[in-house]
Amino acid sequence: MGMTMTEKILAAHAGKDGVEPGEIIEAKIDLALANDITAPLSLEEFQKVGATKVFDTEKVVFVLDHFTPNKDILSAENCKKIREFSQKYGVTHFYEGGCCGVEHALLPEQGLVVPGDLVIGADSHTCTYGALGAFATGMGSTDITYGIVTGQTWLKVPESIKFICRGTWQEWVTGKDLILYIIGKIGVDGALYSAMEFEGDAISALSMDSRLTVANMAIEAGAKNGIFKVDVKTLEYVKGRSTKAPRVFESDKDAKYRQVFEIDAATVGLNVACPSLPSNVKRVEEVKGVRVDQAIIGSCTNGRMEDLEAAAKVLKGKKVAKHTRCIVIPATPTIYAEAMRKGLFEIFLDAECVISAPTCGPCLGGHMGVLAKGERAVATTNRNFIGRMGHPESEVYLSGAAVAAASAVKGEIAHPREVL
Amino acid sequence: MILKGRVWKFGDNIDTDIIIPARYLALTDPKALGEHCMEPLAPDFHKKVKPGDMIVGGFNFGSGSSREHAPIAISALGIPLVIAKSFARIFYRNSFNKGLPLLEADIIDDVEEGEEIEVDLSSGVIKLGKKEVKAKPIPPFMEELIKAGGLINYLKKKLEDTHEKV
Repeated sequence: MGMTMTEKILAAHAGKDGVEPGEIIEAKIDLALANDITAPLSLEEFQKVGATKVFDTEKVVFVLDHFTPNKDILSAENCKKIREFSQKYGVTHFYEGGCCGVEHALLPEQGLVVPGDLVIGADSHTCTYGALGAFATGMGSTDITYGIVTGQTWLKVPESIKFICRGTWQEWVTGKDLILYIIGKIGVDGALYSAMEFEGDAISALSMDSRLTVANMAIEAGAKNGIFKVDVKTLEYVKGRSTKAPRVFESDKDAKYRQVFEIDAATVGLNVACPSLPSNVKRVEEVKGVRVDQAIIGSCTNGRMEDLEAAAKVLKGKKVAKHTRCIVIPATPTIYAEAMRKGLFEIFLDAECVISAPTCGPCLGGHMGVLAKGERAVATTNRNFIGRMGHPESEVYLSGAAVAAASAVKGEIAHPREVL
Repeated sequence: MILKGRVWKFGDNIDTDIIIPARYLALTDPKALGEHCMEPLAPDFHKKVKPGDMIVGGFNFGSGSSREHAPIAISALGIPLVIAKSFARIFYRNSFNKGLPLLEADIIDDVEEGEEIEVDLSSGVIKLGKKEVKAKPIPPFMEELIKAGGLINYLKKKLEDTHEKV
């Protein structure tokens, strides 16, 4: 029987000819990732097992992106521990300061992930790399310890669900609108334990930035991984970024899927996920007029060039509403520099936005934009859970960059055409 | 193993931002994390809960982030077991890795807050006031992890075995 691309990647890493959903395998990993909030626990466990080295100094990645630039003494101490560990064990891919970006924007950009890789990360949004045709999934700190000591991980082979998108996207619609549309339909556990596979002509038409956004939020439907068919755009993206050779795996025609969804791209509008679940999705037209105190444009979901350019298109020549704060967070130093060179910073500053250093900061209510009691934000981030961005009685509406920018200008949730 | 304890009920989609809000994630001390467990929904939870008490949830318990601080915070309060209709996968994995067993069973509407229940962890039989419910069996590999005392002990043993072979 045929296999899906997820099954093929897992089989190849487990040294097997084939695998089936439900089977537990021990697989070799190509990369293990942790950040400043998950690595400290991982390193404590590393000491406990009495390990003396990491399995491969080139395949361990630490990105200090969550509570950095260090928000307090505890965060600084945690970063110090990771820095010292990296020096002691010769970890090559250690990112902090001016080399550091939001991990899931940084790793693909730096060419650390290529098609066919198996990546585990102590961060739930590790699934982002599925956009490159890799198998990538989030785990806990202890799993990462196991990975960095043995170079392996145990995995239950997931069932796959296929999403076929055909047709033409409407103006302003991006990957964020598609993934919110899907989560709105299938729910926050609609893909629980499963692989979400995306294909179709409308998927091929999506930019790499948009694909990364879609794969990023697979976890918000409970999925183990999201995965995209590798095409010319994927190969073009990795070319010149990575010295690793891509391995292209394609799903067989007779591969087995738990479910297949067909989506007409033209029916996907600009979507907003209302508090307090990513599945609570409405068209922007249905929620317009909701007053916002803050707009966040950034994160591992939407802090890439495509997002900043969409925001700039809306914000050009406008001002952010007096009662609203708009915080723009380019996700990596490279994106930061490109946005600056292209004149986007001038647009953001003229509009009276705050431009932040790359950080996950406000997305998880860490720092750089925490909400007070009763405050409401529109954010291009991935979670709108209770108290996610601050006080338990604050609220988050999730959207793409154009809607967030338009909402910042109006001071209330708005469609971009309302301000242009 | 037989567990007896009072029930604390939480609903559907109890995400990791509820179990332990991100602003406390710079903490690594289990006791300190326990003091903020379930804070957004029940600020005094850590004061009221007693060792041996159990959490009962609805569907998709533990959704959201990969933070292992979530099962650590629960265990730090002496909670030996979480029973829910379903669990989010990373939380499921993390809990077993850290030695906190989880049982999948739909009992939330059959128990009262504070009610004492009895659970046979090996058979998965949960004794409620008047009825008995059988939870979905724990997968053999997860059982192995719990027996080993979590993934790190499992790994230690594996490393020792390899060492002996060499």
